[in-house]
Amino acid sequence: MHASAAYNLAFAAAMCVVCAIFVSSSAELLKELQESNETLERQRNVLVAAGLALSDERLSQEEVDTRFKSIRQIIIDLKTGEEVSGIEPDLFDQRLAATSVSTSSVAPDNNARVARVPNQVLVYELLDADGVLERVILPVSGMGLWSTLYGFIAFDSDLATIKSLTFYEHKETPGLGGEVDNPRWKALWSGRKAFDIDNQLRIEVIKGRAGSPDTDPYRVDGLAGATMTSRGVTNMLHFWLSEHGFHSYLERLRSRGDK
Amino acid sequence: MVLHTKTKDVLVDPILNNNPIALQVLGICSALAVTTNMDTALVMSAAVIGVIMSSNFFVSALRHHIPTHIRIIVQLTIIASLVIVVDQILKAYLFEISKQMSVFVGLIITNCIIMGRAEAFAMQNPPAMSLVDGLGNGLGYGVLLMLTAFLRELLGFGSLFGVQIFPLVSEGGWYTPNGLMILSPAAFFIIGFLIWALRTWKPMQIESE
Repeated sequence: MHASAAYNLAFAAAMCVVCAIFVSSSAELLKELQESNETLERQRNVLVAAGLALSDERLSQEEVDTRFKSIRQIIIDLKTGEEVSGIEPDLFDQRLAATSVSTSSVAPDNNARVARVPNQVLVYELLDADGVLERVILPVSGMGLWSTLYGFIAFDSDLATIKSLTFYEHKETPGLGGEVDNPRWKALWSGRKAFDIDNQLRIEVIKGRAGSPDTDPYRVDGLAGATMTSRGVTNMLHFWLSEHGFHSYLERLRSRGDK
Repeated sequence: MVLHTKTKDVLVDPILNNNPIALQVLGICSALAVTTNMDTALVMSAAVIGVIMSSNFFVSALRHHIPTHIRIIVQLTIIASLVIVVDQILKAYLFEISKQMSVFVGLIITNCIIMGRAEAFAMQNPPAMSLVDGLGNGLGYGVLLMLTAFLRELLGFGSLFGVQIFPLVSEGGWYTPNGLMILSPAAFFIIGFLIWALRTWKPMQIESE
């Protein structure tokens, strides 16, 4: 139908309003379910990083809760590395803490393009039956090509050997950068060393292939066709394992181990 | 009786005689991406059927009111809104599968079949018939997607819907999975062969030189 410009404009405006209401109300209605799915996914990833679940294992909320019992969730002060008491870890919203002005500070200039650093971070310690630290699981995040990647890195009790690196949320290109999810690539991380014997941060994702963890412990194969995502992974590890990130906390754990 | 045959034609034609993928070669992008296993192909088919039926219905219902000059934008707005809602629903109720399908749900917006049916059919026909046309074309897309996924999952993983059919060599069986099937080009080959088979069976579909 041919119509006046005024009619066209009015029709377009009405269309936008109707569609906007439709889309936003559906998003609002489903938000709670989506958030609980995401929480479950994040907890499942902590379990995978802790070696308490297989990466393709589907777990219900109850199973996740049961397996979480051997994990100590603690909130640390990022600057001092000291444990913070008085906050219930289950109610701690890490994402909110990292964005809210009152609980975070502006990050120093960094390649991982982390904008704000939270004052407090939820970390996970896996303890064995005698209460000795077996693994420590730290959250990491940083920019890939299109999106911020959120994941966990798990260290062995020596605090240098990487047990696993896993991402639970990202929007990288499927088949290229999205291969950060690929179990075969993730398996390459196991046994690599993030720090050398002098505790210097050495780990990096390279272009091409790295050797075995024994001969080439500080390097990991890059993702083919995903240079920016690979670089993003290196950058985020370098940021979070530096003095801007978990340095104090790791130092504290190391000195605890020496005693 | 006349109306009855027409409804049937509108429904059945796009499945075999005028299949959107096999004859019109539309919507290939998602057909390559989500057909490595049957779970995702089924959910994708259902999502596309839902979107195409609703978009046909709404476009048709508004067809006398949509100004000609901005009709494509209006159609796209309707389609985009529907796709976002479908994506939200999948994230809420089928989280695992929606993670696997990642951006491809969002890309339904750019699936030419949906836009094509809105412009070619829904703009000229009443809502009920447009709904049937949407279902027919959605099914036509879905059938081809499922066939492709059937072959890819069976040959690529030895399984169907995640259930192991051929025991794999790595687990002590006899079947060595065909790695090519998991890669996107495999879908090109399979769809090509399906088109060939369909045109051999129904020579009417062969384009004149």
